Amino acid sequence: MSKTNPVSKISDLPEESKFRPGHRLCAGCGPAITVKLITLAVPEAVIVNATGCVEVGTTIYPYSAWKTPWVHVLFQNNAPVASGIAAALEKLSAEGRAKKLPVIALGGDGATFDIGLGAISGALERLDKIIYLCYDNFAYMNTGIQRSGATFLGVATTTSPAGKVIPGKQENKKDLIGIVASHHIPYAATASIWLWRDMVNKIRKAVNYSEQGPAFIHILAPCQFGWRYEPRLTVKVSRLAVETRLFPIYEIEDGQLKINYRVSKPVPIEEFLKIQRWTRHLLDPKNVDVLQRLKAWIEWNWQRLENLEKAGKVF
Amino acid sequence: MMTEALARQHRIALTGNDAVAYAVKQANVDVISAYPITPQTFVVETLSRYVNDGELNAKFINVESEHSALSAVIGASLAGARAFTATASQGLAYMWEALYAASGLRLPIVMALAARALSAPINIHNDHSDFFGMRDAGWIMFNGEEAQETYDLTIMAFKIAEDPRVLLPVVVSYDGFIVSHAITNFYALNDDVVKEFLGVRTTGPRIDPDNPRTFGVLALQDSYFEFKRQQYEAMENSRQVIKEVFQKYEEISGRSYAPLKEYMTGDAETCLVAMGSTVGTARHAVKTLREAGEKAGVVGILQYRPWPVKEAEQLFSRFKRIIVMEKVMSPGARAGPVYEDIAATIYPKHSEVKIIDFTYGLGGRDISTQGIIEIYKKGKELIDKGKTDRVYFHGVRGE
Ligand SMILES: Cc1ncc(C[n+]2csc(CCOP(=O)(O)OP(=O)(O)O)c2C)c(N)n1
Ligand SMILES: [Mg+2]
Repeated sequence: MSKTNPVSKISDLPEESKFRPGHRLCAGCGPAITVKLITLAVPEAVIVNATGCVEVGTTIYPYSAWKTPWVHVLFQNNAPVASGIAAALEKLSAEGRAKKLPVIALGGDGATFDIGLGAISGALERLDKIIYLCYDNFAYMNTGIQRSGATFLGVATTTSPAGKVIPGKQENKKDLIGIVASHHIPYAATASIWLWRDMVNKIRKAVNYSEQGPAFIHILAPCQFGWRYEPRLTVKVSRLAVETRLFPIYEIEDGQLKINYRVSKPVPIEEFLKIQRWTRHLLDPKNVDVLQRLKAWIEWNWQRLENLEKAGKVF
Repeated sequence: MMTEALARQHRIALTGNDAVAYAVKQANVDVISAYPITPQTFVVETLSRYVNDGELNAKFINVESEHSALSAVIGASLAGARAFTATASQGLAYMWEALYAASGLRLPIVMALAARALSAPINIHNDHSDFFGMRDAGWIMFNGEEAQETYDLTIMAFKIAEDPRVLLPVVVSYDGFIVSHAITNFYALNDDVVKEFLGVRTTGPRIDPDNPRTFGVLALQDSYFEFKRQQYEAMENSRQVIKEVFQKYEEISGRSYAPLKEYMTGDAETCLVAMGSTVGTARHAVKTLREAGEKAGVVGILQYRPWPVKEAEQLFSRFKRIIVMEKVMSPGARAGPVYEDIAATIYPKHSEVKIIDFTYGLGGRDISTQGIIEIYKKGKELIDKGKTDRVYFHGVRGE
């Protein structure tokens, strides 16, 4: 595998993506934009996709949207399948029996935060030479908008509805990168499709790092269907999630955390919540407690990251 | 054994587990992934040692669970590698979802299973609950009676799995502790003989950027059934391939294999049926019974899936009475799985043949020659009285 260099403008990317039109993901699908950027960033790779919207929407037999080798096995095993492929390609390519390729495990937040987490931890601990990319649309969308460990406080999903007594999800979002970074792997980062250049370059960096061990990127990928905003707003929503500090953009390289997009004057979270119907109830005065808790969590999380950045090589 | 065949092999004393590991080493597998569980653990340990000592040039992926073990092996196999895993009991149960994925993706994976009871209550000893639990997962299923058979079947498993007419995963089971931990002498082929017999894997799916394929698609109402039908055909094709591989292996090793093992069946009127290590004990029982004038015989099941339909019909239709012994319980069923396979094979065509089912040995409950003689006598008597409409239990309190 040859080293990849950073890009600075869109024309630095290949003209054609190996993720082809004609798939059946929704208009304005954040994960679809994510996948297109992934394939533009790494034109030749094996994609090991966990069960979820992207898998279901791109490979309905006899069609496939993929012009790069693509594998789906189960919901919770994309990491170990990728580990097996990476090990096999390393062995077989050394014997001239196969071509070595970057191996990308791709999974939604459900696959990554929840059901596949133990298996991902195993792959990270073993320092398997894979790239793990999580597209986070904040819930189990494929099965109809159920809460996941990635859903943030207060959100109304079909399993955490905004009820008369309990107004949405009662727990905070899991600190995925914290868990990942505790494995002390070569590279971990977050990204947003809005900051496409940052995202593409992080993926390219991850590919380079995957020669040494696992590299992991947690990508914000809004879902217009689940979050219930207008499909044309996906990139705006991605931006607001970052500018409100709800989804901080940072990377951990060589043990050092670095905030890549510093939000000095955050946009009030209400701006983000009000354009989505799954969070609009949080603006109702009777739910002010939840809103306050959410605001406090966002600020606490941002401070935590700033402190970690200042702390030096703590990972 | 013919001297020619002898020159191709060496005598070696190993446990059943180590016999499997030895076969896997000789098969030159590319990728191994497994997770320890009693009584399979020594397979994982011995293979780790082979790899770390440089005796086997394979990647060993030390996973955190059996679910990941089979997943990693699925990935490796999709990439074109010869891949192996081993497990038992809870580990096999934990693999359940991936078992169907392995066969549905048509991957020539080989798995060793040191057969053990399933929890609850938890128990580490042998029965066949785990093995029969994967009955419908689309794997070719063999059972080795002792180390020799287990070793031979492991080598042959790769040949069968990788045949382009088959491309299905194969499980080789052997009884936990009784076989897995007992050191016995057996003949192993020389390394170069195995190497020539198996070569490297060249068939089946493979990840290739120059021919980018989509593996593991979503197939809906209009296509899923056809995929499954093809998988069924592959299992049917494997009958012929298994025959050919047994034949070829006999030419090399001098050991002949058949799906059903017969002992004193020629003129037998009453036949015991068993699987695994019990088959050997049953031979002793039949010898004793013959001395007492009984026309007794034994059939041991070596190949469970594909079920050897033709061979089973020819063989089982010859007897007056069939007494099936099963180390598995199927609560609520008419009988255990082996009984049901035999009954489905011989009835309604050979309705004169009578069959009865005994559950025995669960959780490692010992079965002796005397015990088998008791099952024989009781089974014969019950059949002659026409009392065959339930499953009987042997060796359990309260029966
Ligand atoms: C073992 C297992 N449990 C449950 C499911 C059902 N299921 C399929 S996709 C999915 C949710 C996927 O959520 P996520 O990973 O966030 O991806 P998204 O659909 O949001 O893209 C669930 C629960 C399954 N396929 N396998
Ligand atoms: Mg999701």
